[in-house]
Amino acid sequence: MGLFILKRFGVMVMTALCLTFIVFFLTNLYPNLEKLAKSEGNFRMSDEEVASYLGNNGYLRPLPVKYGEWLGVWPGYVITGSDGKTRARCATIDIPVDQAPTFCGVLQGDWGFSNVFKDEVSSIVGTRLGLTGKLMFWVMVLMIPSALIVGVLAGMKEGSKLDRSLSSFAITTTATPEYVSGVILITVFASSAFGLKWFKGTATQAADAATFENFFLPVLTIALYGMGYIARMTRASMAEVMTAQYIRTARLKGVSFRNVVMKHALRNALIAPFTVIMLQFPWLLNGVVIVETLFNYKGVGWTLVAAAGNNDIELLLGISVVSVMVVLITQLISDIGYVYLNPRISVN
Amino acid sequence: MSKIEYDGPILEIDNLSISFFTRLREIPAVMDFSVTVQPGEAVGLVGESGCGKSTVALGVMQDLGVNGRIVGGSIKFKGRDLNTMDADELRAIRGNEIAMIYQEPMASLNPAMKIGKQLMEVPMIHEGISEEDAYKRALEVVEDVKLPDPERILKSYPHQLSGGQQQRIVIAMALMSKPALLILDEPTTALDVTVEAAVVELVKDLGKKYGTSMLFISHNLGLVLETCDRICVMYSGEAVETGSIEDVFDKMQHPYTQALFRSIPLPGADKNARPLIAIPGNFPLPHERPQGCNFGPRCDYFQDGLCNAGDIPMHAIEGDDRHNTRCLRFADIDWNAPIVTDKVFEKTEPGRVVLKMDNLKKYYEVAANALFGGSGATKVVKANETLSFEARESETLAIVGESGCGKSTFAKVLMGLETATEGAILLDGKNIESTAIENRDTQTVADVQMVFQNPFDTLNPSMTVGRQIIRALEIFKYGNSYAEREARMLELLDLVKLPRAFAERMPRQLSGGQKQRVGIARAFAGGARIVVADEPVSALDVSVQAAVTDLLMEIQRKEKTTLLFISHDLSIVRYLSDRVMVMYLGHVVELGTTDQVFAPPYHPYTEALLSAVPIADTSIEKEHIVLEGDIPSAMNPPTGCPFQTRCRWKSKVAGGLCDRDVPPVRVLADGHQIKCHLPDDELANMRPVIKVAAE
Repeated sequence: MGLFILKRFGVMVMTALCLTFIVFFLTNLYPNLEKLAKSEGNFRMSDEEVASYLGNNGYLRPLPVKYGEWLGVWPGYVITGSDGKTRARCATIDIPVDQAPTFCGVLQGDWGFSNVFKDEVSSIVGTRLGLTGKLMFWVMVLMIPSALIVGVLAGMKEGSKLDRSLSSFAITTTATPEYVSGVILITVFASSAFGLKWFKGTATQAADAATFENFFLPVLTIALYGMGYIARMTRASMAEVMTAQYIRTARLKGVSFRNVVMKHALRNALIAPFTVIMLQFPWLLNGVVIVETLFNYKGVGWTLVAAAGNNDIELLLGISVVSVMVVLITQLISDIGYVYLNPRISVN
Repeated sequence: MSKIEYDGPILEIDNLSISFFTRLREIPAVMDFSVTVQPGEAVGLVGESGCGKSTVALGVMQDLGVNGRIVGGSIKFKGRDLNTMDADELRAIRGNEIAMIYQEPMASLNPAMKIGKQLMEVPMIHEGISEEDAYKRALEVVEDVKLPDPERILKSYPHQLSGGQQQRIVIAMALMSKPALLILDEPTTALDVTVEAAVVELVKDLGKKYGTSMLFISHNLGLVLETCDRICVMYSGEAVETGSIEDVFDKMQHPYTQALFRSIPLPGADKNARPLIAIPGNFPLPHERPQGCNFGPRCDYFQDGLCNAGDIPMHAIEGDDRHNTRCLRFADIDWNAPIVTDKVFEKTEPGRVVLKMDNLKKYYEVAANALFGGSGATKVVKANETLSFEARESETLAIVGESGCGKSTFAKVLMGLETATEGAILLDGKNIESTAIENRDTQTVADVQMVFQNPFDTLNPSMTVGRQIIRALEIFKYGNSYAEREARMLELLDLVKLPRAFAERMPRQLSGGQKQRVGIARAFAGGARIVVADEPVSALDVSVQAAVTDLLMEIQRKEKTTLLFISHDLSIVRYLSDRVMVMYLGHVVELGTTDQVFAPPYHPYTEALLSAVPIADTSIEKEHIVLEGDIPSAMNPPTGCPFQTRCRWKSKVAGGLCDRDVPPVRVLADGHQIKCHLPDDELANMRPVIKVAAE
């Protein structure tokens, strides 16, 4: 088991390296750097001025070197620029150039500085991740039980009226993207269009003090979308299990229908949806970007949009590393959980 | 809940009709079916697939699914009509009074629930006893079904047990509440013969011990003979003949029963002197049943205007005990008339040696754990150990053994799907053991072909039959033009006795037997000289088996093919093979001509195998040899002789030789060799397992 986790961890690190390299490559394309220079300097810079700004700040060196620096495995640059000033990557306002450490990158815990938010990337990502975590937690609390209940109820008697209506509901919710359902929910429940005004259309305050009123709509928007999908998977899995021979065995043992479902079918039926639920995490991150922007909830998604919009390279990289970790850790949990649920698979 | 006290018959099924309803039409699955099971009696229900025997069982259980419905008649259990019971009453009877044993043990046990829990559930539901009492009961019953280490078994999950053990658990589960009626639906079909024999004996003993009545559903007449007191033969949804075993087996009164017995290889049948008589035609589909007698179109005694006039009732046979037949002409037919065989063949003499195996070995290396980790030590599976034999032209060599004995691995190595680890395969004196199939020249590939076990999976479902055969011809580079290949394809269809119009058909439009004929045509497309037939008829119905076997024999005579016939069914092996090779755990334990192998002295494993095969003949007396335990895993074979863990002769060998050394190959007579340590005088004292009783 230990070895298995270690191996998966290795895969995780490799994936994170590849992915951040791709993000690094894309954000360091020259037009992006040019835009960066102009927003940092001024918008009327000539091409020569842009080149000298980028050169002075170490942006024009080979990509692997820059990537190595960001990682913290290559010594940070110390450049005496065309304007005569010496700049070092590892120097800050507090640490002058001659005292700067040789390495400063992710490995040293230095995630860089966000140009947009004028703050350390690590602290931004940390707080924003906490906010998104809060959102996701409530999404899961709402989504998983309701999806499983809908799926199991629909799947235990395939083709029944209950199955038909629950399936229609599930298909509808999963076919409606968040930016549609979010808008509809706001219009219906938070605007004067219908006069309901039960909830708030913005979740900005929820960051500090989440209440049912200001937090339910964003949670519901994400949960609805994921729920339909999980419910469909659970239903399919449940329906298949209900036709299995061992269910017939149980039925012909005289087990009541309730117990056939609860004791015999449920565990077997949950094996497949479990993986799906875990696979939903990366998808939910998508939804997080849209919903956080829509409800102006300042979590990772909202920050990502802001960073991407302003070509905030180091923040973008920080968020991508965190996203990769979230995705891969959920996969690891899913594999381990799978082993636990399904006795036929053993790690030993 | 207490059991109902009742003196009359346990189960009375009276004029039962069951139909399935589809959007298109009503499909009658069972019609006018009657059977009675007395207390302590075992009734066999025999018929081919699709004849409705399993539907009867599910009808008794009142578990026909959404589409099935009982449309007529009554099913009385201990005098109470099951058809009119509500869900609660039924639940009280299921598992408590009527229990069922299923065909596939693996599928009928819950994979995510421990065995113990699955067993304890039964008495806890029906008798409301405590968990401790239920656990005690479970321990007892698991001991009763002769499983070793019951406590460990109760703690394990189904996948941790072997197939035979799983089936014993299913039996234990059925016996947990001491039911009055046990329904067994093909309980041994998924098991190996020696395991089957052990399970059958267990069921018989337990039936006696608990006084349970049994309804035994099977397609195997031999098995029914061994287990049942009475038999009911079904054909196309109807019972055609019922009666005691002796009456039906020896004094049959229905043409279908007779045809069925003539199409199965019983001792005495011989491919040359007394070939099997296949039942002509095909089983009618439920919605295409003919008017009058369902068997009419395939019956030798068919009389126009009589047999197809109207529904045929059951007729009682005078003088016999409850012996009925659904035939109008049973009184007119001379049931003792000798079998008319129009074709008697000359025995073909085997020609020169075409295939020679010399010390062939095939080892597999498997990682201890392929999915997780993989750093574990690799294990070696010895699938084939020192295989040596020769096969001659127009000879049939049967390779016999149970699952895991290495017979399929051997076929793969011969075909080139795997390459040999050591040793040599000589085809016409040319080494082919290390040439994989993609590197073999066209001629070699065309020369060595295979007929597969399951005709349902081995044809491309989206290609017409003709196209598939032409494709094979293209690969074998036969002919120069499409027209030439097409002509050859039609010839091949003639060869396998399929109408030429079938060239345009899709595989799904063909029956199992017809598909297998296409498989045979494809194998012979390139003029194959060696054909490996891997259980070619075991997936087919009894009445079709004879026809397909016949066809193979006929082509072999015509083409002088060498046939390597892989099978676990010794009856058919005895019928058609010239020489037999018996394999166990990768070793050839016995090799000789059919007569030599089927007569003493035997290898102890051959002896057990022979004893295990059920024979549908009341005049046969068999010695009963039941092998203990399961076949050891090839990953972890026993030391010394591979068979020593289950051998009943082991004590006759001095000095623990069996534990220590793999026995050498001994030549007993010309061409007869066995791998055994038994001294000569013990071998000479062996008695025949199968005896025809003096009449």
